[in-house]
Amino acid sequence: MAEIRIENVFKYFGKVTAVNNVSLTVHDQEFVVLLGPSGCGKTTLLRAVAGLGLPDSGRISIGNREVTYLPPRERSISMVFQNYAIFPHMTVYDNVAFGLKMRKADKAEIDRNVRRAAEMLHIEEMLERFPSQMSGGQRQRVAVARAIAIKTDVLLMDEPLSNLDALLRLEMRAELKRLLADLHTTTIYVTHDQIEALSMGDRIAVMRNGEILQCDAPTTVYDQPANKFIGGFIGNPPMNFLLGQVQRHNGSLHVQVGDYALKPAPIYDSELKRYDGQQVVVGIRAENMEAMSQPAEDALQVRVMVVEPLGSQTLLTIKIHEDIIKLATHPDFPAVPDQDIWVRFPAEKIRLMDPQSGKTLLSS
Amino acid sequence: MTTQATLPPLSEEMARLQRRAIRRRRTNRALTYALAFLLVAWILVPLLLIASMAFSTVDAVRAYPKSLLPNPVSFETMTFFLNSQGVVDSTVRSIVVALLTVVFSTLVATPAGYAISRYLFRGRDLFKLSILAVRAFPIVVLAVPLAVMFIQFRMRDQLYSLALVHTALTLPTTILVMSSVFASVPRELEEAAHVFGSSPVRAFLQVVLPLAAPGIAASAIFTFVTSWNEVFAAVILTIRSRTLPAQVLTVLGTSPLEYKFAGAFFMLIPSLIFIFFIRKYLFNMWGQITK
Repeated sequence: MAEIRIENVFKYFGKVTAVNNVSLTVHDQEFVVLLGPSGCGKTTLLRAVAGLGLPDSGRISIGNREVTYLPPRERSISMVFQNYAIFPHMTVYDNVAFGLKMRKADKAEIDRNVRRAAEMLHIEEMLERFPSQMSGGQRQRVAVARAIAIKTDVLLMDEPLSNLDALLRLEMRAELKRLLADLHTTTIYVTHDQIEALSMGDRIAVMRNGEILQCDAPTTVYDQPANKFIGGFIGNPPMNFLLGQVQRHNGSLHVQVGDYALKPAPIYDSELKRYDGQQVVVGIRAENMEAMSQPAEDALQVRVMVVEPLGSQTLLTIKIHEDIIKLATHPDFPAVPDQDIWVRFPAEKIRLMDPQSGKTLLSS
Repeated sequence: MTTQATLPPLSEEMARLQRRAIRRRRTNRALTYALAFLLVAWILVPLLLIASMAFSTVDAVRAYPKSLLPNPVSFETMTFFLNSQGVVDSTVRSIVVALLTVVFSTLVATPAGYAISRYLFRGRDLFKLSILAVRAFPIVVLAVPLAVMFIQFRMRDQLYSLALVHTALTLPTTILVMSSVFASVPRELEEAAHVFGSSPVRAFLQVVLPLAAPGIAASAIFTFVTSWNEVFAAVILTIRSRTLPAQVLTVLGTSPLEYKFAGAFFMLIPSLIFIFFIRKYLFNMWGQITK
């Protein structure tokens, strides 16, 4: 039961600023994912919370206690490491019991908690084995069991699934999510895998160059990215970006992309006035465009360049004006290369961004 | 093979090239084996000769040409050596010095190796270099000033002072070995111990030390054998309390052939035992840990 408060944390490695003035509050029992490309500072931030790498300035509190410079063992945290970090010279039982033994729990309590944790992760049959006799997936389970065997305020996870193969990762992802929902622990989870972040987190904090760019619910981060980088980083395929120009027609503003006049949602009206006559970036996700095989009102005629059937959807590569973009359609949509189709852009799905800063025009 | 029958016959040129390639591969392999055989023989033949002489009769030892296998097998030579004056006493002294050296060396090299492998501290590279510097001066150069110093400090002719010199000689190697042993223990394991409630000392004792134990044992064995074999410092720094190599060396010029062979064999034993022991230990344990 604890809230994690990170306030104005800086961390430097030589001349590199690994964490740059980060502030983040993780509410009690919340599951926050730190997402970003490698080298963005997400692991450094997690290690600062764990006490494994102290910040150069700023403050970190867990519950009502400031822990910024406390050693890890005094923070009431528990952690799952990227390479599992289970002790090779101890049996699974001793590994899972490690935290309890360090807390000087009595024998019966240790045994009860080890068996409970082992059962939750389905490794109760393997307690007498050594880690070298186990597969990667099983070791991963041991690492998680060790972390949940002790009751702590905070659970930290550093890319726990990144060393598993794809199929196992899919399975463990759902299992972890269920497990963590049952535990009600405050959790920070570090990953570079956007699917993991979208599927597991209550909120996602997207990081780049040591800064948190956006911290919102997964659907918000996906549908309303705060800037161009996030739109391009999250989602597969990434968000499409088109360059357009703001023009005034019959008193109302719209965005001209080639010959096509886009009418953005009314919420953009006030912001668009400042961009009158200037360029803006139009962001739209592949699945948010409507493709039609017949001409229709408000639809733009485009040529199909590549058709990629992916099973659950078909990906079309099309060229609009100067930009090449991806469009996702239903697999039944009839499309062949060099064919003309008509595309409609729903106004409510369009994000407009500043071409220089990459930030969205809405300050949401 | 049936598949071979379906292949078209090779042209004259191709067949010649192929024959030559096969011949070259055979020659290469034969050369490799010959070289390996020579290397092994270079080390093993003297050992075998020494061992066989040590277990022959005194007459057989003096005979010429010598046989490669003892015939008849006899403990006469060994008994003569072990009963010679000063041998048993100096053996005990050698063991004491070697054990003291192991203790000193391990006590210094373990923390030093750990510090080098885990911490980036000011002067770390200089420290590593200065360790090696001891090795840059031959023991011949070091021994005389050491003898003078030991006389001044009234440490002369003491087993512990010889053990200190041996420690200084082995430290460069043991510190570097220990630092690579500690480097092979993943840092994450230590961090996991910290997160789950260990103090730094406890994490070291419960997680790092058990995993480094095989390496520490190996370096201790190396230290033991080095001290057991070391003769120069032993001759210069001891008078009455000679170690075994010093004792043997002092009387070598005036001793009969059977004394030399038996002495050589006797001094070989620890090295042989320990090398077999080390080999098994290193391969088994390190393989398991790094997995």
